[in-house]
Amino acid sequence: MNKLKLAVSILALSAASASAEDIKIGLISILEGNFAVSGTDAIRGAELAILDVEGSVDGNKIEMVSMSSDGSPDTAVAAARKLIEQDGVDIILGPLSGSEGLALRDLSKSYPNVTFINGSSAAQDTTLRQSSDNFFRFGGDGAQWMVGVGDYAFNDLGYKSVAVVAEDYSFPYTQVLGFMSEFCAAGGTVPEKFWTPIGNSDYSSVVYAIPQDVDAIFVALGGADAVNFLTQYDQAGGDKPIIGGSTTIDQSILESKGPFKKLLIGAPAGSPTVGDYDGAEWQAFVKAYTTNYPDAFSAPSIFAHHYYMAATAALLALDEVDGDLSNDHAAYREALTNLSFTVPTGGTMRLDANRNGIVDNFVTEVYEREDGTLGNRVIKVVRDVSQSLGQDPEAFLAMGPVSRDNPSCP
Amino acid sequence: MTFFFIVTLNGLTLAALYFLAASGFSLIFGLMRIVNMAHGALLMLGGYVGYSVVDMTGSWSIGVIAGGLAAAAAGAIVQAGVLGWMQGDELRQTLASIAISIIMADLMLWYWGGITYQVELPEALSGGLRLPLLGVGYANIRLALIGFALVTGLALWIFIQKTRMGAIIRAGVDDQQMLRALGYPINRIFILVFALGGMLAGMAGVIAASALSIAPGTDLQFLLSSLVVVIVGGMGSVGGAALGALLVGLAEQYGLAYAPTYGVVFTFAIMVLVLAVRPQGLLGRAEQ
Repeated sequence: MNKLKLAVSILALSAASASAEDIKIGLISILEGNFAVSGTDAIRGAELAILDVEGSVDGNKIEMVSMSSDGSPDTAVAAARKLIEQDGVDIILGPLSGSEGLALRDLSKSYPNVTFINGSSAAQDTTLRQSSDNFFRFGGDGAQWMVGVGDYAFNDLGYKSVAVVAEDYSFPYTQVLGFMSEFCAAGGTVPEKFWTPIGNSDYSSVVYAIPQDVDAIFVALGGADAVNFLTQYDQAGGDKPIIGGSTTIDQSILESKGPFKKLLIGAPAGSPTVGDYDGAEWQAFVKAYTTNYPDAFSAPSIFAHHYYMAATAALLALDEVDGDLSNDHAAYREALTNLSFTVPTGGTMRLDANRNGIVDNFVTEVYEREDGTLGNRVIKVVRDVSQSLGQDPEAFLAMGPVSRDNPSCP
Repeated sequence: MTFFFIVTLNGLTLAALYFLAASGFSLIFGLMRIVNMAHGALLMLGGYVGYSVVDMTGSWSIGVIAGGLAAAAAGAIVQAGVLGWMQGDELRQTLASIAISIIMADLMLWYWGGITYQVELPEALSGGLRLPLLGVGYANIRLALIGFALVTGLALWIFIQKTRMGAIIRAGVDDQQMLRALGYPINRIFILVFALGGMLAGMAGVIAASALSIAPGTDLQFLLSSLVVVIVGGMGSVGGAALGALLVGLAEQYGLAYAPTYGVVFTFAIMVLVLAVRPQGLLGRAEQ
């Protein structure tokens, strides 16, 4: 009985110690397995945004609670539930990976009193179809991240036929759509697509199934998967040029160790984040990043960049409403919806009708720096990329949800 | 047709890698009845140490040996320091080994970070050669895998069948209590077997990190493949591990090549079938 009393009083004490003005943000990222390194960098991005405001907004202390998922939708949902129900967070920031985003979008509908701000997850349907009123994405989807690449591959590099190797889930589907919608419209063909399970380590049979008559391979694999595929392709004597997806050519891959990297030199890719971009805002962001995290990458990865933008949006909107989250966040969500701010890439971030970001995108190329390390350099910046990729929104929606077979242009 | 042969060859080389990874696991289970869930972590430790040593010395063979020794030492410590205290209580040992595996994986994440590593191959193994008849390029390292597996399998078979130590281990498999009663220092033998299993895992780790790559998560991937391999082949027999690896490797590659989306299903379908028809594994002996 005494123990019970003690437990109750401890609970009461800890409840009282959190003052009414504290605002709790629950961060969901992947800190285990394949994406752990990306997930750690995502956390750095969110921390940088909080450092920007020195930990408080209009006198309200910002408290961050982080939870790890393993990249699967159910762990992301479990993490969100724990953050909401046990930690009592007001805002969820995350998740990192594509299908997790779809799951949290669905979950957000059953927690109308919590605001969800997407981290870096970039599946198309998170916001395009069945969007949720309290789920915001201050960033693009995987298709927006590929804008400019299909065009560049066809017109500038002269590739007429490209094979696709990608992981079998929502984010790569979206990336492939972004690439194919331009590439096919320009007149290119994609004779074959290989969808492989996430975390697959042996790609040798895929390597040999790639048709000999394609001009290049579009690779949309993340983390260790990309390293494994490229290595095995190299070892088997493959020599087709590579076109990279946004996570295939991310800084975390370029800084991995191994001989596979020479395959990537000269490879074009689409990405919302370029380490070596020389814009003034970006350089300032890189400086803040490297000063605070000297042991991290040489520049923020796509994940740090997106969690930074998400956290910045969350804090800017909080500032606008003076930390007032009453009335089920009504004023706060209004502020989020109408938010417009300058992002590290120099463009202006704002939301469309589905609460999805209108973003900057880059076409990049991998090059060897003087010290032998690899970096990305910018070939082209495309500003104001909408979720319908500049096409008529109605017609774009009518093409149907992305899948293994949609789009198709064999 | 060429594609079919290539996929078969891929299956054989993958099977070789799975056999290397599973042999230590099977050995430990064979004698001690411990399902060592830290096996994947030992393998990953070997891979990471191998990477660091190759990076430092530039010699791949030294890296393989160092990876093997590091995992052997870790295996011996695990048995002497933790599992040895729970002798005879296999369930507790298995649970403790899960804990050890998680702790080891986190420590490695802390030390080596989460990026993907690849061990630089020596000149002779890097690159590829043109296969006769099929006329396609094939990676040398993958062909070498078959050689490594044959040498390891043969050495393990000779050790277990032809040496005095092997005879003691086999006796231990059949009747642990009798062996103890005859005055053999069974605790020391257990530590030795664990070290040997760890060494096999560690060397397999370096080889896996060279042929494929190593990153957080590699441990679970190889633990799972080892489990499936020994369940299909039969726990505790070298031949069983080889047969299991062959089936799993081929199934995985045919799956990936002909039905990529359902590739994983084949592997587990084989496991379910074996468990339903022959629960002790294809070459395993039934428990009395």
